[in-house]
Amino acid sequence: MKAFEFAEGRSEAEILEFLSPQPGHTELLAGGTDLVGLMKKMIVTPDRVVSLMRVATMKQIAPQADGGIKIGAAVTLDDVLAHPYMADYPAVLQAIRGINSMQLQAQGTLGGEICQRPRCWYYRNGQCLLSVGTRLGGDTRNAAIFGNAGPAKYVCGSRIAPALIALGAQIRILGPTPRDEKLIELESFYRTPRHEQQRENVLEPNQLVTHVILPPARDVLSATYEVRHGEGPDYPLAAAAAALRVEGGVVREARIVLGQVAPTPWVSHEAAQALVGQPLDQAAAVAAGEAAVARATPLADNQYKVQMAKVAVKRSILLAAGYESGGF
Amino acid sequence: MTQTPGKSETRSGVNRREFLQGSGAAAAATALASSGQAFAQEAASSAVISGSTKISLQVNGADHEVTVEPRTTLLEVLRYQLDLTGAKPVSGDGSSGASTVLVDGKPVAASTTLAITTRGKPIQTVESLGEGGLDPVPAAFVEHDAQQCGFCTPGFVVAVRAFLNQNPNATEQQIREGLNGNICRCGTYANVIQAAISVVKGA
Amino acid sequence: MVKAPYSWPSRENAKLLGTEQKRLDGAEKSIGKAKYTYDINLKDMLIAKALGSPHAHARIRGIDTAEASQVPGVVDVHVLRQADYEIHWQGDLIAVVAAESEGAAAEGVSKLKVDYEMLPVFVQDDNLEAAQAAERTRPGGGRAITEAEPGDNEDEDEFVELELNRLFDAAAVTLEGYYGIDAITHCCLEPHGSTVYWEGDKLIAYLSTQNVSGSDEGFAGDLQITADDVDVICDYIGGGFGSKFAPDYWGIAAAEISRKTGRPVKFMLDRDHELQDAGCRPSGYIKVKLGADENGVITVWDSHHWGTGGFQGGAVSQGVIPYVLEPKNYRRLATNIATNTGPARAWRAPNHPQGCSITHTAIDDLAAKMGKDSFDVFMANLPNASNGFADLYADQMNVAARLIDWKAKWHPHGKGEANGSIVEGLGMALHTWGGTANTSSCTVRIHPDGGVESFCGTQELGTGTRTACAILVAETLGLPIDAVKVNIGRSTYPFSGASGGSTTIGAISESHRRAAHDALWELSQRVAERLEVTPESLEAVDGRIRSNDAPDKSLSWKEACGLLGMQPLEVTANYRRGEESPLSSSNVGGVQMAHVAVDRETGVVKMKKYVLVQDMGLIVNRLTAASQIYGAAIMTIAYALFEQRIIDPQTGAFLNANMAEYKLPRLGDIGEIVVELYEPDDQRQRGVIGLGEPPVISGGAAISNAVANALGVRVPVLPLTPQRVLDALQQAGRV
Repeated sequence: MKAFEFAEGRSEAEILEFLSPQPGHTELLAGGTDLVGLMKKMIVTPDRVVSLMRVATMKQIAPQADGGIKIGAAVTLDDVLAHPYMADYPAVLQAIRGINSMQLQAQGTLGGEICQRPRCWYYRNGQCLLSVGTRLGGDTRNAAIFGNAGPAKYVCGSRIAPALIALGAQIRILGPTPRDEKLIELESFYRTPRHEQQRENVLEPNQLVTHVILPPARDVLSATYEVRHGEGPDYPLAAAAAALRVEGGVVREARIVLGQVAPTPWVSHEAAQALVGQPLDQAAAVAAGEAAVARATPLADNQYKVQMAKVAVKRSILLAAGYESGGF
Repeated sequence: MTQTPGKSETRSGVNRREFLQGSGAAAAATALASSGQAFAQEAASSAVISGSTKISLQVNGADHEVTVEPRTTLLEVLRYQLDLTGAKPVSGDGSSGASTVLVDGKPVAASTTLAITTRGKPIQTVESLGEGGLDPVPAAFVEHDAQQCGFCTPGFVVAVRAFLNQNPNATEQQIREGLNGNICRCGTYANVIQAAISVVKGA
Repeated sequence: MVKAPYSWPSRENAKLLGTEQKRLDGAEKSIGKAKYTYDINLKDMLIAKALGSPHAHARIRGIDTAEASQVPGVVDVHVLRQADYEIHWQGDLIAVVAAESEGAAAEGVSKLKVDYEMLPVFVQDDNLEAAQAAERTRPGGGRAITEAEPGDNEDEDEFVELELNRLFDAAAVTLEGYYGIDAITHCCLEPHGSTVYWEGDKLIAYLSTQNVSGSDEGFAGDLQITADDVDVICDYIGGGFGSKFAPDYWGIAAAEISRKTGRPVKFMLDRDHELQDAGCRPSGYIKVKLGADENGVITVWDSHHWGTGGFQGGAVSQGVIPYVLEPKNYRRLATNIATNTGPARAWRAPNHPQGCSITHTAIDDLAAKMGKDSFDVFMANLPNASNGFADLYADQMNVAARLIDWKAKWHPHGKGEANGSIVEGLGMALHTWGGTANTSSCTVRIHPDGGVESFCGTQELGTGTRTACAILVAETLGLPIDAVKVNIGRSTYPFSGASGGSTTIGAISESHRRAAHDALWELSQRVAERLEVTPESLEAVDGRIRSNDAPDKSLSWKEACGLLGMQPLEVTANYRRGEESPLSSSNVGGVQMAHVAVDRETGVVKMKKYVLVQDMGLIVNRLTAASQIYGAAIMTIAYALFEQRIIDPQTGAFLNANMAEYKLPRLGDIGEIVVELYEPDDQRQRGVIGLGEPPVISGGAAISNAVANALGVRVPVLPLTPQRVLDALQQAGRV
């Protein structure tokens, strides 16, 4: 690691004071499961690291007046898992359980998970984010099959974001001053950078994500399905989260979000459209899977991910509906 | 333990709030500092620390004064300064679980934990499981030969201890699903499963 | 007892030998008290870290160390590769920075500036045509065997060609196949490295090594000193698997930096360098055509295989093709490909896992093509076992089949019942290994107060060597296991060969049994005199030395040792590799069967059950022997389903040189593993045979065959990743 200054704030406002507006100058530290490794490899080299793990307001899970829930960004994943309010959000719980490491769940935070740096072995081997390695005939087996027309070929690493987005999560962003507070859809937090000066999300260097807010979901069926090579915390090969509102056996509303297939969590309107108005059954799930990947644009080495994404969508819908997935 | 980071940090050359002076955020900081509660907290915590600093860590029930830089990991402190070499450096990024220790009772990778963030938190290493008689978990590892080269073993022992603390009646299926944060290269998993089962059974 | 020859006690009379004995060092390891090389902390010690080449093929134009030297905490910058040096793989170490802390060393490394001239990179080890076009191929040898002999005037090659064609034409069935197995690394959890210091002109080296006795010379040669000026110490090693036989250039660098700075130096490889530089197993890909008779007995085999062992070539030996079951007529050809990848090192059972994986898969495909049970086809080919173990394999196959319930669970390839998208299948394969005992010396010291110590320059690799030493000495002296203090892991102790190739248990069994026996014989002279019996009538049992002639005549062990007077009794015995001995032997078989479940929609393979039947002659410690086989099973699952070295096709960068992306199985991935220690009396009578390598050989083929049985489609190349499974299904039109 490059030597850096360290600051630890006790409040959201204090954290903001420590943050520099200059890109790359400061990094926010939560659980450290992603950032510390990146700093060790000198891929991220901040002058200052600001820990937010002692900000009490960011470590709480609180019910909202509308029946929703507000989760501090510094809440660790195991605490999210254990919280009784979370029972209405099975897709989120399944996504966290998918990170099959007790240690990562105990150490990693919800905010850190959704803000983790892209999953790209070129980037993580020291190349720039819009890596030439992937663009010029590199190994694309892990690369995106959607949203990959531009220079970004990597996939968004977050495993929880698809579930959160499917469930309509918003995030609270604070900064540069404590008065600059805004709520945005988590979906719009992510972006696909067009050039190296853009990050993979819209957070400015002197802003922080303080909370994730989930709307009430008592009458929502949801599930996450990940295609995983094996057990352990390794990233899935493809994933999907489904959130459905069903009346009389017919799907009235649907949100299908794919993970590990694009530079951002990938909201599939096609899959949702295929479901809405249909009886919630195997055939509808299959059709949604087909629809989800109809416009996939695989690269040289990742055709297989199209099949996996299709199956992930189907199985997430079946699981949400309470059926067996039919696979592992 | 008594923690007075402000005092000790000043003594050891920490530049408190240096960064804020002359920066655009200074006015905001002053405004913030004027509210009573916030001010008291801030005085204790909001130093910007750089370079070597003496801090106190509570390891295995005792306070230890150690010297760290902000970039120093908990693993480095345990291994180089306290000679507690049970937690091992394997992956560097936490993916192997070999550096697992308990911080605040939770299993975390010491290799991706900055030492400076663990001030005031109880830290328990694998060595503590041998103090005052062998803890049932390492004892079961011996009994069921859940080790070969042994390099991953301390991390695994802490993980199993933490897992069984939370799931004292775990079934074999839960054990197989719940202990996937650790990597063993020699291939001791089958025996680790047996060891964990035997602890549950009190055997 | 008799002075000679040496022998083992019978199964009935053995008290410790062949029982389950817990590791003597188990508690130390479990609570982190065992000190590995990485754990040695010395006063004023420097931490060293290295710069690896980011480029896979380049020439160094120049190195600028000035800025690195200025980093606070950096004490020494040690350049390993000078200008004009040609880098052949990514990660090759160029310079080392020694500093007061890990952080400072790493920062120093980041400030090193190297100017490279880029050279063309070639890494496609699976693509023979591309390698030929790039002129990266080297002949790897070949051999042709035919039952019929060419006439005096016939051209041999031409004859073979015609003869093979004739045999193919005559065969009841022929099969053409392509199979492969990717390169993998050793991925030792304790990386390679050392912690060293100098006492005057003498080097003290804590080295993570499989070769304690031999590494003093390894250091001495490069440091221009003699081996007597080097003490190598290794109490514990965190994995070696064939990759840790020498100090390596980074070990020499540590010693040189320590000499320069006058301070102890710890230099352990970072994880990426460990994977890039410290050893890999060569890849192997094969095109094969075989012919068989109506019973599935292979009558003719024709193959060409290739692969890489790094920039110097050195792929899978042609000697393991075809593997064990050698048809009466075969032709094999090997081609080595030189790639810009890290150099190969011996990986547990060198050549055999690859040889088995790319040939026993063909045998299974033959069964599938003929609509026969794979079990029957393997059985039919046993008479062609090159080691003559047909009967052994047949018996082991029956044992394994019973344990995995083959008869009930097997179904024709691809014809099993599906549960949703899940299909299951069974597969098998078999293997062989030598495991000759290595050279070893042991000193046994018996103190007048009854204390017993053994000294031997062997090493504990995690196989339970320390415990085995205690078993061997205690058994021989009729003492409880904890009565023996075992001393190993020092180059100053009597020489014992490197631990590689399943040679250690035989080696230490020889040396420890002999030394303890000889010591007991000497002690027996004094006891015989005191008891007025013949030494031949004496035996050491249950802590006493007693006479078989006169049951009332005996001494306790302590009383007997008291006869030694003031001086301890010290006896050294040797065993030289290759010497005929009743205590050890070589050559084992082994059969493995796998039961897998495959998700046809996602390509994910899960292990359900895995049976390993393994002979090893006489078993010293059943507990650690079984552990070693469990371990081999899991290492096999690793290379069969998970791990692969992934190299960027353009730049030669090792893309997954970290634990997060270099996939290894986790605890939840292993399914049920059944280990059968195969030790009937006729095997036990052969004496001790090494166990490390054999059980890691045939599982790759067994698992691949089980997947093929489940799917009805061959996934040709290991590891069988979900991607490859789906690709194979797609090619077969089955998705």
